[in-house]
Amino acid sequence: MIALSDYLILGAILFSLSVTGIFLNRKNVIILLMCVELMLLAVNMNFVAFSHFYGDTVGQVFVFFILTVAAAEAAIGLAILVVLFRNRRTINVEDLDTLKG
Amino acid sequence: MTFEKFVFYVFAAILVFAATMVITRRNPVHSALFLVLAFFSSAGIWLLAEAEFLAIVLILVYVGAVMVLFLFVVMMLDIDLATLKAGFIKHMPVGVLVALVMAIEMFMVVGPANFGLEKVPAPAAQGAGYNNTEELGSVLYTVYMYPFEIAAVILLVGIIAAIGLTMRKRPETKFQDPSVQVRVKKADRLRVIKMDAED
Repeated sequence: MIALSDYLILGAILFSLSVTGIFLNRKNVIILLMCVELMLLAVNMNFVAFSHFYGDTVGQVFVFFILTVAAAEAAIGLAILVVLFRNRRTINVEDLDTLKG
Repeated sequence: MTFEKFVFYVFAAILVFAATMVITRRNPVHSALFLVLAFFSSAGIWLLAEAEFLAIVLILVYVGAVMVLFLFVVMMLDIDLATLKAGFIKHMPVGVLVALVMAIEMFMVVGPANFGLEKVPAPAAQGAGYNNTEELGSVLYTVYMYPFEIAAVILLVGIIAAIGLTMRKRPETKFQDPSVQVRVKKADRLRVIKMDAED
């Protein structure tokens, strides 16, 4: 039988991979957004696994809400990206230093 | 090894492979397509965990809507890939190191010692009459009614924000202004001139 730890380890591997992705592609905003999506997927995996093994539907309800918020976040993030590219002709994170942060 | 376990490992291997490809590909279009593969295989894993509704939602919403949006944007923008990939090798060691440390830490917490089959026994499989969608809906529409409606408002905010951000008035575009069209008078369009009748 599949153990709960199998799902959790898979989620952990997925999360670590997306953290690596954020380190590797720190100039490309699109890939950064994709890595955030992967992180959310890893978290959702844990929710689904716990919901299955403890027989509680609430975990799945929470995943439902995370999916909703993630969809809204992706839409707004990509809209910001399009506006950014229209104004600056670049999506390189290092060129975006107007706020001098 | 049972068939279930075999399917789980196949999907997990595809998922890890796809995630690795997402973060290492040079071309963002390839990354987006591998992300689709990752979502697809995790939907398979969720099916194994008896979360059928969420597996279908993941494919419909993520693969069908969000990833298509990503692909649209990636293909619409004219990106200079060479400069974006500079520093890829430079950041490789520290990124891999941080990820390894995180993975080992999480493995020690969530590994078989704490969440193995002895600690958390596998639940009995649901009967043939079990309906995951019905189960989820009966909770979602009663206990979680307010959060559900707030989620709807969040989606509305997302729509309005995305449209409001990307909409712009370009001077060269030709469009009709209905309010001006409605307000037009006869004198604006028609000129009556007096002239002698021709013989």
